[in-house]
Amino acid sequence: MWLRLPKVTIRLLLSVLLIIIFLAPFYWMLLTAFKTLDEVVAVPPKFWVDKLQWVNFKDAFTRINFLHYTKNSIIITLGTLVGQMLVVVPAAYAFARYQFKGKSLLFGLVLATMMVPGQLIFLPVFVMFANVGLLNTYVSLIVPFIASGMAIFMLRQTFMQVPDSILEAARLDNSSEWKIIRTIMLPMAVPTLSTLALLTFIGTWNSYFFPLVWTTTDAVRTLPLGVKKLQDSEGLNPHIVMAGNMMLILPILIVFMFARKHIIKAFTYSGVK
Amino acid sequence: MKQDNNTLRILPYVMVAPAVLILVAFYIYPIGYNIYLSFFSWNMRGPMKFIGLKNYKELFSSSDFAHTLMNTIGYMVMEVSMVLILGLLMALFLQKNTFINRFIQTISFTPNIISLVSVSLIWMWLMNTDKGLFNYILSLFGADPVGWLTDKNVALFSVVLVSVWKSLGFNVLIILSALGAIPPYLYEAAALDNASRRSVFFQITLKMISPTLFFLILMNIIGSFQAFETISVMTNGGPSNSTNTLIYSIYKQGFEYYRVGYASAMAVVLMLIVGLITILYFKVLNKRVHYR
Repeated sequence: MWLRLPKVTIRLLLSVLLIIIFLAPFYWMLLTAFKTLDEVVAVPPKFWVDKLQWVNFKDAFTRINFLHYTKNSIIITLGTLVGQMLVVVPAAYAFARYQFKGKSLLFGLVLATMMVPGQLIFLPVFVMFANVGLLNTYVSLIVPFIASGMAIFMLRQTFMQVPDSILEAARLDNSSEWKIIRTIMLPMAVPTLSTLALLTFIGTWNSYFFPLVWTTTDAVRTLPLGVKKLQDSEGLNPHIVMAGNMMLILPILIVFMFARKHIIKAFTYSGVK
Repeated sequence: MKQDNNTLRILPYVMVAPAVLILVAFYIYPIGYNIYLSFFSWNMRGPMKFIGLKNYKELFSSSDFAHTLMNTIGYMVMEVSMVLILGLLMALFLQKNTFINRFIQTISFTPNIISLVSVSLIWMWLMNTDKGLFNYILSLFGADPVGWLTDKNVALFSVVLVSVWKSLGFNVLIILSALGAIPPYLYEAAALDNASRRSVFFQITLKMISPTLFFLILMNIIGSFQAFETISVMTNGGPSNSTNTLIYSIYKQGFEYYRVGYASAMAVVLMLIVGLITILYFKVLNKRVHYR
């Protein structure tokens, strides 16, 4: 080794380098969001601020209609979460527990949709929405995402793992199917359901592509589009753009702080399924 | 509630119907509709005019399309190789379960759960030619400022860099879980045989995680063909079309020039490419399972 540094030192240096690579961009955003314009353009740049400029957040809030985009983001995220539970749970249960004609064909169809690259077929779907007058509605940004092939697949696996003996016992007790789902199946599927909910929350909150291509006005557009608009109009004021950007990131970061282990596990699962 | 046979017979269909209908309406049917649209000339307002294969003919003789295709392939090659090589190195580096390694793993994963718009905006500011941090750091070493997003020879690389920073942590996570699944007795046996570190790495480590790496390669290829946010936020396909990829071009042809048929033809071509890769993936996957 040409530097003749002990191995421990090299490890430490590399670790510090990695920490800088992944944390510095966030720190720079945070710092910029609290600077004045003069501090933002100062050369050499300042790596600390003396006085936090909270006014940047107020400016970001008023220069675009922040509340409007936030409201849309919340409606669409909640709508997708609730809708997905209502659609996916019964479908997964039926595929796991019932025998019916055409079951394997229908399930094959559901699995096949996991292979469809959704972003490539936005144009025909846009035309479909336009034809039925659903452009610029919440429905168009919620309904396509409440049935997910992966969610049905994951949940079906969970339902199939519930031992038959438990179900037989419940049926002997004359429990209705609905009661079985509610009292036996759903409690056992809580880990899978929360995994799905986390993945859906993160995906929907962050979504930029579909709210952009399936809308023509600001009526139902979401926060990522709002913050992009802030960049378009306030590009010369990075402190305001970064303040707006922080407000977009914050809900995700809060959830991540509380459910870090769970989220990482959810992504690992969806990645190695 | 007592259930007779009739309700039990139709109940499963009622339960799967909403999901199946939505999936067919938004994932299966649009593929056919897309192919149909690609045979027409249509600006979304006027009447549709059937023109057969003319859109495809124009596509394959257009130098713009060739340029866009090259950009897409360039993006894909840079992204996949960087993510895989850096991801593997990082995973090997972080393999020991120590506090600092777990910390690095967590922070490297954070960009992955944040919107690509946010990530793009942060990096746009870092890469700003006049006031960005990157060019300031370069100036400390006496280097000239780099037009990260304004120089047509650099912009595509810059956009890929942002995407790599975002997705690296996820790839590290998957590789780490594959490394953790290698049975320890393989290493113990190798140690008894006095195997060299190099041969342990190639014969055991790399061999055992190769299915995972292969999965990640194909996943990243498919993902790179759909990369949209970074380009839309950071460059709009510019400068001089140097970051204009297929998916961005479909968006532009459809929504800026209102050439629905032409854009659909491009989507069909891209879908064929992605479809072939997906089929290849499942073919190889089946073979692997079969021989095991």
